[in-house]
Amino acid sequence: MTDVSHRDAGLLRVDTDECKGCGLCIEACPPKVIRMDESLNPYGYRTARYAGAGCTGCGICFLVCPEPGAITVLRAARPRQSTAPGQQARP
Amino acid sequence: MSRHLMKGNEAIVKSAILAGCRGFYGYPITPASEITEAAAALMPQVGGVFLQAESEVAAINMLYGAASAGVRAMTASSGPGISLMQEGISYMAGAELPCVIADITRGGPGLGNIASEQSDYHQVVKGGGHGNYRTLVLAPHSVQEMADLTVLAFELADRYRNPVVLLADGFMGQMMEPVEFPEVATEPRLPRWAVAGTDASRGNVITSMHLDTDKLEAHVRQLEAKYFITEQREARAEDWRTEDAEIVLVGYGIVARILKAVAAEARAAGLPVGVLRPITLYPFPTLHFQRLTARARAFLVVEMSNGQLVGDVRLALNGARPVEFFSRVGGNAPTHLEVLAEVQDLARRHLAGAPAEEELIVHV
Amino acid sequence: MSSEPEVTWEIASSKPASFYSTYERKDELQHATHYCPGCGHGIIHKMLAQAIDELSIQDRTVLISPVGCSVFAYYYFDVGNVQAAHGRAPAVATAVKRSRPGSIVISYQGDGDLSAIGSAEILHAANRGEPITVIFVNNAIYSMTGGQMAPTTLLGQTSTTSPRGRSAAHEGYPLHVSELLATLEAPVYIERVGLGDNKQVAQAARAVRRALENQVRGLGFSLVEILSPCPTIWKMSPVESQRWVRDVMEKTFPLGVLRDHTQAAQSEAVPIPPPPLSMIPGIVGVADAGLPAEMTGDADVPALDLQVRVAGFGGQGVLLLGEVLAEAGLDAGLEVSWLPSYGPEMRSGTSNCHVRLSREPIDSPLVTHPDVLVAMNEPSLRKFCSTVHPGGWILYNGEASPEDCDCRGVHVLARPFTQIANNLGDARAANMVMLGALLEIAGNLPQSSVDSALGRLVRNPKWLALDETALVCGRRLMREARAEVSHAG
Repeated sequence: MTDVSHRDAGLLRVDTDECKGCGLCIEACPPKVIRMDESLNPYGYRTARYAGAGCTGCGICFLVCPEPGAITVLRAARPRQSTAPGQQARP
Repeated sequence: MSRHLMKGNEAIVKSAILAGCRGFYGYPITPASEITEAAAALMPQVGGVFLQAESEVAAINMLYGAASAGVRAMTASSGPGISLMQEGISYMAGAELPCVIADITRGGPGLGNIASEQSDYHQVVKGGGHGNYRTLVLAPHSVQEMADLTVLAFELADRYRNPVVLLADGFMGQMMEPVEFPEVATEPRLPRWAVAGTDASRGNVITSMHLDTDKLEAHVRQLEAKYFITEQREARAEDWRTEDAEIVLVGYGIVARILKAVAAEARAAGLPVGVLRPITLYPFPTLHFQRLTARARAFLVVEMSNGQLVGDVRLALNGARPVEFFSRVGGNAPTHLEVLAEVQDLARRHLAGAPAEEELIVHV
Repeated sequence: MSSEPEVTWEIASSKPASFYSTYERKDELQHATHYCPGCGHGIIHKMLAQAIDELSIQDRTVLISPVGCSVFAYYYFDVGNVQAAHGRAPAVATAVKRSRPGSIVISYQGDGDLSAIGSAEILHAANRGEPITVIFVNNAIYSMTGGQMAPTTLLGQTSTTSPRGRSAAHEGYPLHVSELLATLEAPVYIERVGLGDNKQVAQAARAVRRALENQVRGLGFSLVEILSPCPTIWKMSPVESQRWVRDVMEKTFPLGVLRDHTQAAQSEAVPIPPPPLSMIPGIVGVADAGLPAEMTGDADVPALDLQVRVAGFGGQGVLLLGEVLAEAGLDAGLEVSWLPSYGPEMRSGTSNCHVRLSREPIDSPLVTHPDVLVAMNEPSLRKFCSTVHPGGWILYNGEASPEDCDCRGVHVLARPFTQIANNLGDARAANMVMLGALLEIAGNLPQSSVDSALGRLVRNPKWLALDETALVCGRRLMREARAEVSHAG
């Protein structure tokens, strides 16, 4: 996740322990920025992987993902909006 | 304290409400319907829930829901309905949910008839549902006991987190006798384990499932331990003139009442006869039976079923004394004269100084 | 990169708080669910958890999990959890909701659970309008047990128990439960949604939230049916199975709102608080206004030991006669029992009851040899006349006992009681005329006890007046009869 561009509206995180590699997020992603990783996780699944750029933060991947916490979607916030209540995170 | 003349079925409901029962889910069936009707009339007036279910299957599962929510709740039915409830009873025993079930027994098998029998003994006392579980079973023999044992049933159900069945023949439900009730009603309480839709109860889970074999084994062992404790602490029986009895008559429910009349007549005729009446059918009052073997020469078990209670009596006595058996079924009650004839016959064979016949004559 | 302005990221979508952070289902799998890759249950769980979060109802929520793949739901949802027997979740949910009206109750069920074994429970919960939320996950197959046919299995679809494909002729048509339920009066909201593509998934999430919101608002029964992929049993890839929902399943189970009465629905009335505990004995009618438990002394209790059998046609007031007698005995401080014959006789034919009054505790309430037989018709006389205790009485409702009736050794008072009662004002008072005669035999029972028993049991003042007259008449008949006997003697 080092390639994050600040120009992207969104950012995607995949918990590779939780992902079972079903591929529904890859199919669902409108800008097609999710790929299947070649490597296997400890449970033997290939997992989804963010391509690194182009996420719009739409959240559809999260909605179609069958695992509760496998996908986290972040959205870029303008610095002055960061005082608004809500969870904050930095990549 | 005042005395009120009422049917056993009505006494159950009034007593249940005084004991803090606030949920009744049932399906009508003769001869238990007065219980459902009385609950329909009274439950809403005391802030409780009454609901007529679409079947006994639904009724027992509603009971499962009410008990899960921490409410003292009950249902009532009879043979065919109890058969349908067995699924839910097994689940409740497995999930360790307390509840009280009144079985006002009618004639069977199948549709049988609506007269009084005691033929639900096996399906209730031995646990008619699947899996390693028991229900605690109380057997009232008067309308007063219909009331008193209902209170005890709720207490035992809560104490052991287990279904408790009030097993009463149709006579007990239909007859009227004077009853005294406690003057003070019990406050319904919310158990800590309940799932009540509150912050405090959020983490609670009600389930009978333990997929892991070791975990299920541990669960079943824990249930066994619980049942063992009930066997040590909760077995109850009434000794009626057994102190010098050489012939002991055994029966529960209406039969016990008849047996007392028989014993009184037999004593008038000079025969040392007493009555041992199990009040708890599970846990079975084994020790009460064993204690009597010091004097008793023979036992006569009388049932309105075809040899169900007699099996437990034989197990309790373990061959120590002959156990004979007399029954009427089909909805007929044994008359005191025909039981008296049995007693006289028994006395001839066992009390005349003749060597006791080892085995048991089954009268058909 | 370090020269660029720092971007602040906000979490837009993440694991809902209504899920546990880790799962205790298996020691080795604390992080992921047990669902197969691509399973619809996981997607639906997430929608549900998100809706619970958004509506701030986590503490109040009780989830009823079924038997089926979602049996383990309680490992995932950090809410109150109750696991139910196969198909019975709506019955369980009904009682949880009624017991705790403030809770938010969700019945989560699969198609085998809801549409086959639990078809009665869902139908009746819906018909009662239980204000619960039902999530009905339809994947057209029994998945957990390995792919057997469900009521929702499509025509032609193979399963392990329809290996040649489901045929309408042999297995019947796919069952449209939501359409069936939508014909009922009570449900407020029924919608079928799917997980077939992004658009469908988004609509499903909205429907789930709506169904839950309806309950928060107390509107009534809501059900969302969700066509859901089962890649493992369907033997398809997750993406293929998603498309199969959209392209194939939806043809049999069209999506859409099947019922929406949310606008017209009224919020549930606020439950009335229960009465104070001190009022409960009064409400159930056992407060201390009843009869005294102990009389002032045994001397006040009449010396009486009476066994009575009352028999007649249904409708002749046989049971009431016995009840007044027992109630009067209780009033007088006696031990009493009343035992009816019941059964088909309750509707027609004969009716009889056993009544005992005694100073001593009553052993058997069954009266096999009565001191008094009240025979309100000839069949009853014939049936019981030989059982009467020697020296006892038969009160017979007829001009004279039939000649072939063996009444030796007992006293008989045969009178046309029905006619007598009719002359008094109503033939139906015959039972009280006969009771009057009986009371004359049981001379020790105080009239005041009889009056108070009658007052408790007969509420209608007209009837009460007639019954009192009838009792007096019956007593007189018996006195006259006895006088005749003693004259003759």
